[in-house]
Amino acid sequence: MMGGYGDVQLLRDDGLRLDGRKLDEMREVQIEAGILPAADGSAWVKHGLNVAVCAVYGPMEAHPRKIQKQDRAVIDLRYNMAPFSTSDRIRPGFNRRSREISKVTAEALESVVLVERYPRSKIRVEIEILSAEAGTRCVGITAASVALADAGIPMRDMIVGVASGKVEDTVVLDLDKAEDNYGQADLPMGILPTTGEIAFLQMDGDLSIEEFNLCMDYNMKAAKEIHEIQMDALKRRYESKNGGA
Amino acid sequence: MTGAKEGAVLRLVTPGEAIGASSGARAGTGTVKQGQDIISTKLGWVKENNGVLFVEPIHSSYLPRSGDLVIGIIESVRNNLWFAEVNGPFNGLLPMSLAPWKVEFGAAREHMDIGDVMLARVQEVDEAHNIVLTMKGVGLRKLKEGAVLELPVNLIKLIRNDNERILNVFKESSDCRIIVGDNGRIWVDGSAENISMVRAGFDLMNNIGHQENVFDSINEFTKQWRNE
Repeated sequence: MMGGYGDVQLLRDDGLRLDGRKLDEMREVQIEAGILPAADGSAWVKHGLNVAVCAVYGPMEAHPRKIQKQDRAVIDLRYNMAPFSTSDRIRPGFNRRSREISKVTAEALESVVLVERYPRSKIRVEIEILSAEAGTRCVGITAASVALADAGIPMRDMIVGVASGKVEDTVVLDLDKAEDNYGQADLPMGILPTTGEIAFLQMDGDLSIEEFNLCMDYNMKAAKEIHEIQMDALKRRYESKNGGA
Repeated sequence: MTGAKEGAVLRLVTPGEAIGASSGARAGTGTVKQGQDIISTKLGWVKENNGVLFVEPIHSSYLPRSGDLVIGIIESVRNNLWFAEVNGPFNGLLPMSLAPWKVEFGAAREHMDIGDVMLARVQEVDEAHNIVLTMKGVGLRKLKEGAVLELPVNLIKLIRNDNERILNVFKESSDCRIIVGDNGRIWVDGSAENISMVRAGFDLMNNIGHQENVFDSINEFTKQWRNE
């Protein structure tokens, strides 16, 4: 069992979760595209109590030269949690965790962006977590995808970050902070919503094959929902520009 | 707008959206074939021209192609060549032999220095995106007066559509000399007041460039400006 906090009650007697959600219910997701005027593309995502802002710059010449790839672009991604994003102040700057998340997120994005169109270039993606509850890496992926589309970077598909997990031997969708801290397993995924391909998968804790499959189903369903919100945010941006012009 | 049916409502698509069957049409820019479908790779409007389905992006970056007319800003100078920033991912290289002057080795700085603006053509782009510029050609020169404005690259095509219809409106109403570079930079020369009118017009285009009736709005805008 993960964490070893077996005595924390995470499911209510009526079968709902502590915040009143059903087992397969997501937290509320809101997305805005194009919020940073200076960036080539940007996005703001609020997922439950998580808030992430993402800015995309480029493609530009890759510096330092040693990171250049002769046949494709590299994605230079920086994931960072703001010092004020949690109740305990986070020491500013890179740490082991943010370095890992930057790396896996960049790799997930590289599989959707048509990087071969821009040899020797880099695409700079900056994800800043302003408020953290649980599942910030997924929120970061969702935000980065919208910001990349907003920047006009060619992509095979959008990508959605979403997580499921296990609490009290029950599979639940989209863990909140208590469930993440005291639950038994966590399965964040980066999903390409139109094709259902998986670009990113991590697992923390143990899941049986049945539980894993159920998590997959939950994630796929949630990915479709978030994808709708992503598309709506991108399209709404230009409709609102219509009215505001 | 090329290929757009008159009055037809354009469809706005996001990356990954299927826009048609690969059997029916050919995949143009901003799209890729995936199995049975043609899918969009960019956020933009779906258009069709002669059986080619393409997506006109709302926002795109400049990728140089040979023959493009560009407005560059000199970023560094060597003994026998200049490097110019051309609004793309890589700097363009202008060798001494392709400059319009007879330049002595080591005297490149006397003709163009860092920060100078020039009108050049893209001579060559190789597969690794190395860009060679040339200033040998009619009208290519160092730009000494006027202002350089910027527009999103995807609007450059719009400004030139239908025999430069929108550009001509700007030229006639403002009495300015205007040169449109393919890299999203536009050189405007005239009185300060007229330049600021063109600038305001481009700002308006930036806001409404994705709409259907850009020409009418621009026309209306310039008339209003004249009357005030």
